[in-house]
Amino acid sequence: MRERSVMLSNILLGLGCALMIAALYLVFIYAPTEEAMGDVQRIFYFHVALAWVAFLAFFVVFICSILYLWKRDVRWDTVARSSAELGVVFTTLVLITGPIWARPVWGVWWTWDARLTATLVLWLTYVAYLLVRGFATEESRGARFAAVLGIVGFIDVPIVYLAIHLWRTHHPPALVGDLVSSMLLTLLVSVAAFTLLFIILLKGSVSVRNMEAEVRHLKDSKMNRRNY
Amino acid sequence: MAEGDLSPTPWAIETHGLAKSFGNIPALAGIDLKVKRGDHLTVFGPNGAGKTTLIKLLSTLSKPSGGSVLLDGLDIRKTPEQSRSKLGVVSHSTFLYPHLTVSENLRFYGKMYGLANLERRIEEVISQVQLKARLHDRVGTLSRGMQQRVAIARAVLHDPPVMLLDEPETGLDPHATVMMRAVLEHFTSGERTVVMTTHNLARGLELADQVLILHEGVVVYQEVKQEIDAAAFPEIYDRCTGMRR
Amino acid sequence: MRELFTRVFAIFWKDLLSELRTKEVATSVLVFALLVVVIFNFAFESGEDTIGLVAPGILWVAFTFAGVLGLNHTFATEKENSSLEGLMLCPVERYVIYLGKLAGSFTFMLVVAAIITPIFLVLFNLPLCLPRLALIIVLATVGFTSVGTLFSALSAHTKAREIMLPILFLPVVVPVLIAAVKATGVVLDGGAWSDMSTWLQILVAFDIIFLVVSVLVFEFVIEE
Repeated sequence: MRERSVMLSNILLGLGCALMIAALYLVFIYAPTEEAMGDVQRIFYFHVALAWVAFLAFFVVFICSILYLWKRDVRWDTVARSSAELGVVFTTLVLITGPIWARPVWGVWWTWDARLTATLVLWLTYVAYLLVRGFATEESRGARFAAVLGIVGFIDVPIVYLAIHLWRTHHPPALVGDLVSSMLLTLLVSVAAFTLLFIILLKGSVSVRNMEAEVRHLKDSKMNRRNY
Repeated sequence: MAEGDLSPTPWAIETHGLAKSFGNIPALAGIDLKVKRGDHLTVFGPNGAGKTTLIKLLSTLSKPSGGSVLLDGLDIRKTPEQSRSKLGVVSHSTFLYPHLTVSENLRFYGKMYGLANLERRIEEVISQVQLKARLHDRVGTLSRGMQQRVAIARAVLHDPPVMLLDEPETGLDPHATVMMRAVLEHFTSGERTVVMTTHNLARGLELADQVLILHEGVVVYQEVKQEIDAAAFPEIYDRCTGMRR
Repeated sequence: MRELFTRVFAIFWKDLLSELRTKEVATSVLVFALLVVVIFNFAFESGEDTIGLVAPGILWVAFTFAGVLGLNHTFATEKENSSLEGLMLCPVERYVIYLGKLAGSFTFMLVVAAIITPIFLVLFNLPLCLPRLALIIVLATVGFTSVGTLFSALSAHTKAREIMLPILFLPVVVPVLIAAVKATGVVLDGGAWSDMSTWLQILVAFDIIFLVVSVLVFEFVIEE
């Protein structure tokens, strides 16, 4: 069982590396330079891929939170927690790559447009998700609180987006439609590479958490035995 | 077993392999209990032995991490509302609202239990706990002992067949303790099934039909009252809980 | 159905009685809301021409902060004498407790709004268009308190209760805040009903979705 899991990890890792190198090649060498924006536009391939993965991560949190409250199996909580951490990291990267791209193109670092604002609100929601665990009076309670927030926060996403979109918008719309095929290919490979990166990181994080739990369990049972 | 059966088992309370852990720390491990209808079970144990956890599991306040609790043969997780209406709980907290009067507190809980003839029932229980004169005083102005008596009135308001008492005498002065005992005895004699936790060995043993000692979440001693020599019991308790005198 | 109503009302009534006796929360929240309005007046140095732009924002920031302050108390009062345990021992489903508490916070917020809004309109020399404002306030308050009651129960069991509630609450209610500010802007500008209908729709959608979700997940928040 363990051997097979190690092999699966290695295959994933190899595939991930290959895809990431391919993505880097496509982004920096293969893809044509965009006429209006110049080289800075190449950040778009990372920006969009990161945003997609962040959203995927929060979707995983949502599903695992429901499963945790329903089945009460700690494994779901572990996956949700790891995925939320990755989601926050990726959202942070989206919030960093965005302004780098925006500054030369729009002339400002930040603008309160729909997608930027919604992403920021999303980031705040999931930072709260990570915080609430630490502040709960006991561990199992923290897990349940986080699960509730994982559900409420995700359901809120479309409403937040809709409200902010109606409020104002400057973000380039309909991105994929205007892309030439070589750009589209680059984007797709980049998205695939980052999705795989997410899966590898999630798998690693979950297994570290499980090992931590096992160590703590062993330590506790050893201490209990000594007490008798 | 059909759910409508009135007395499917002679057991008022049964637990099977009841366990609760907080994170990785086990609070209770594999508790098997059987309490006959009308019996009084006293649970002893040092602080942290899992007494309060046991009461919370029996009263549906806490969800077990393993095993089950049957009340009149019915799993309390499957019929939580029905089970709760059969339980009266007195704990070291009173569950009362200090800014409301005694009568308002009781009326509130009576409504939550959906009681008919509420006013008459309130008068009944309040005279039983001998607090008729304070019926319209705010709970916050009463002494701790009186508050605990109101808490008992609250717990028996819906005439529950099973009572769970979690160290009901904690924090009371001697006079209040005597009063409390008289009141509790009045309500727990007869047909009621009682599970009580306490530190007071002599007192707990005197009331019991069945005795249990918990230590670090495990049952270390279980015996019916007839088989226990009251004089030797303190020594048994010390041995079971690993204390030396 | 009638039984449900009796029980929800019983919870609401005992909270109301307690609050009427102490008046602790109501007075402090009212004074606080009024202070926010006054402080913002200085912060924006609102002259005649800019007031139309910032007024809706001032009103709703005051409500939101006052709401957080009030919501902090919704479940904190149940911690005294562990009365939340007493509530949970009652033979009612968990969502009944949620609805009772929600009724309390909703009424409380509405009373605060009913006092603050006229004062605010007078202080800033704005048109007294109360009926339409009242509709916006009711819809937004349902949204605020449905999420707020859930998070109040949650944060009551955390270590830093006062700060946890706004951290959880504010990002989630962003849509309510946007819609309420925009709709209020339309009303104060003397706009037509059709201009604010989109915002009202968002408020209604938020209200319904989060009432349902909160009812479903509430038991996971209060159980031990």
